[in-house]
Amino acid sequence: MRRTVVGGALAALLLLAACGDDSGSTATSTSAEPADITMVVYDSFPTEGTPLNDALAAFTADTGIGVNLVVAGDAGTMVTKAVLTAGNPEGDVMWGVDNTLLSAATDGRVFEGDPTPVDDGDVCVNYDIAWFTDHGINPPLTLADLIDPAYKDLLVVENPATSSPGLAFLLATVAAQGEGGWQDYWRALRANGVAVEDSWTTAYYERFSGAGGGSSGGDRPLVVSYASSPPAEVVYADPPRDDAPTGVSLGTCFHQTEYAGVLRGTDHPAEAAQLVAFLTGVAFQQELPLTLFVNPVNPDVTLPDVYRQWAAVPTDPYTVDPAEIAANREQWQDEWTNIVLR
Amino acid sequence: MDEHRAALTGPNRLPRWLVPALAAAPVAVVATFFLWPVGTLLARVVRPGSVGDTLSIPGLGDVLWFTLWQAVVSTVLTLAVGFAPAALLARYRFPGRRAVLALVTVPFMLPTVVVGAAFLALLPDGLHGTATAVVVAHVFFNVAVVVRLVGAMWAVIPPDLPGAARTLGASPAQVLRHVLLPLLRPALVAAATVVFLFTFTSYGVVVLLGGAANPTLEVEIARRATQLGDVDGAAVLSVLQLVTLAGVVWWSSRAQRRAALQLGGGSVPLRRPRGRRERGLTVAVTTVTGALMAAPLAMLVLQSFRVGGRFTLNAWRRLGEPASSRPGSGLGVDPVASLGVSLRYALVATTIALVVGGLAAMAIASARRHGRLLDIGMMLPLGTSAVTLGLGLLITFDTVPYDWRGEWWMVPLGHALVATPFVVRAVLPVLRAVPDDQRAAAVTLGASPLRAWWWVDARQAWRPLLAGAGIAAAVSLGEFGATTFLTRSGRETVPIAIGRLLGRAGALPRAQAFALATILLVATAVVIALVDRPEVDRAGRS
Repeated sequence: MRRTVVGGALAALLLLAACGDDSGSTATSTSAEPADITMVVYDSFPTEGTPLNDALAAFTADTGIGVNLVVAGDAGTMVTKAVLTAGNPEGDVMWGVDNTLLSAATDGRVFEGDPTPVDDGDVCVNYDIAWFTDHGINPPLTLADLIDPAYKDLLVVENPATSSPGLAFLLATVAAQGEGGWQDYWRALRANGVAVEDSWTTAYYERFSGAGGGSSGGDRPLVVSYASSPPAEVVYADPPRDDAPTGVSLGTCFHQTEYAGVLRGTDHPAEAAQLVAFLTGVAFQQELPLTLFVNPVNPDVTLPDVYRQWAAVPTDPYTVDPAEIAANREQWQDEWTNIVLR
Repeated sequence: MDEHRAALTGPNRLPRWLVPALAAAPVAVVATFFLWPVGTLLARVVRPGSVGDTLSIPGLGDVLWFTLWQAVVSTVLTLAVGFAPAALLARYRFPGRRAVLALVTVPFMLPTVVVGAAFLALLPDGLHGTATAVVVAHVFFNVAVVVRLVGAMWAVIPPDLPGAARTLGASPAQVLRHVLLPLLRPALVAAATVVFLFTFTSYGVVVLLGGAANPTLEVEIARRATQLGDVDGAAVLSVLQLVTLAGVVWWSSRAQRRAALQLGGGSVPLRRPRGRRERGLTVAVTTVTGALMAAPLAMLVLQSFRVGGRFTLNAWRRLGEPASSRPGSGLGVDPVASLGVSLRYALVATTIALVVGGLAAMAIASARRHGRLLDIGMMLPLGTSAVTLGLGLLITFDTVPYDWRGEWWMVPLGHALVATPFVVRAVLPVLRAVPDDQRAAAVTLGASPLRAWWWVDARQAWRPLLAGAGIAAAVSLGEFGATTFLTRSGRETVPIAIGRLLGRAGALPRAQAFALATILLVATAVVIALVDRPEVDRAGRS
């Protein structure tokens, strides 16, 4: 018995050694071909098995440039890491720095040249359609509606200090009420019974009554989520359904844009630039709606039906200048904590 | 003969030259993969004035106070809850023993994301977002530490000791107080230390169950580094945390040494409970513990069969084909592959932790003054925030010839750093309890000091080593913090895949996350059953 184990271990070692030899010989013989490059992504970017990955494989087939994906953590962690390693980056291209983090990245001289917008989307209050129908109340439409006593104890939001949709919603209120006015708005929200969770997962799955087509058992029919959550509810419904169980309050939205760019210090600037160009092309962009649930920036993309039909498109979402966000974010988060949690 | 005498007297039980040799590997690992990266990070980001700026953060006092008291309360309650099952499981053989042992140990390695969700479903709404919820979950998670560490010690206490005390007229309470507790003290201190370290640095439980109003220091460190980009503030707070915990470990290591008593005979075979009292106690404790531990787990399994408000197998049936829900859509998670990755990492991490931790424990037990230093050094990674260590590794191993930041083995190595202290804590009390006269007898009978050490010390270490291996595998399987920092493309571990599934709206991903968590639960139970097997076989033979 023991002998077999030892034999197996030996065989495995020999096999490993053989593999090592193999890769060594291919590395020397392929030196003339374009280099493989690495794209740093946030943790919700799929690393395999989705149409996005198929599109990247097609890029490799066309250009000979292999693309490795490196998952750096959530978007905030990814930028922190990129700033610490600026000039000697973890990869050659970075995907997915949004406008709330953009200044931190550019101030940290993370990118070679300016990053390119690759997708956008909105953070908005979502509502549970069935709940509002059952109670005979119209869902709220605007930020002002949310402090109406008719909607008392109905809303759950994420902590802006620990959650990126939470921060986006805080920024929406800053844009709407002004730098001196948002504090009173949040005092009113608190008086109207707003609930706070630290993460989107908890807020959406545990507290929101409309999550999973109403299967969550949550107690709040209003939640801060994404304008593209309703199509996700349709795509991942079980049993399948054709209409969304949730809707979007269009007057509560904050607009986010995500950027990609070549990382400063890359050994392969030409290949990296080629990849960034590909990321904004139709072949890649058309796969974004149903994998990352974001809007493509390329105007030539035809949106999938389920996405076009159920994703909300706010006409005039709130937004805040990235430099202003970078300068004030920490102070706003601290102020918010004092007003809402203490 | 002189050489033999040196081996027998005092704490230095091994030939003196061998102690540094044993210590070399653990010291090298901690220095390379812990001290160097954390030191590099501190040197890189901390400016003059950082310390003052960070310590004047508004609300820091509240954070420190909450961190401390919830850790103390959690530790005391965990010891209280875990004591009885530890005793029963170490002493008695009864039907369902292994099931209870697994049930107690499994929660320890479940991803906090999932248990947090199960607890939210279990606890009444009024407790959501409270310190009570945090403490309850901490007890649930850490009972395993008490059961395994205290149980390993209990298993080597000869039953004739309390028996003799009883014969001499001591009441059960007196036996407990004057015989058992002093004997168990090193293991109790070890378990309390580990639980305190875990709860003091708790992250996932606090984020999920404590609500936004109750951050621990670890949560604040992660928030500063990842959300605010304030890496220097995070680094300063990490050092504060590290110094606090080093103090605790120093005290604990001293207390364990002082309390170490020598016991003869090795582990005691399991026996059936005798008499009505023993049987009644066994049934009662087993039932209560089992029910408490099973409730959140049952909830978890149940959730995996509920999609869209009804019972269905869909989440399970579609685990293997996660990519397409509708044409052109994809979750980007391969649950089956993630299971393979997790098992492989657990194997590698456990092996590293056993070798490093086993050598360290032997060196610590044999060395004199420097033993405590090594002891504290091995514990440090457990008290360091994953964010700080992750960032340190990132900026340290970034140039040829040690450009290792993209290497797959960084992940199991990170797991092993966290798991090693458990191996040390499990082995050390038992090694210290080995009586000198056994070794003396061996030498008198003609064994060399090395042979004597092997036959007497090393052979008693196998059972705590197995206990340590179980915990190490568990740590690796459930690890979420460091993994999220070090993980690389296509190599998601199960906890990461679960986190990914929970990050997507819709009925199916949520149920699939619970299905995957159920698989992790079963995998963990199987690993534990495998690790504990020899103990059962031996008991069966005796």
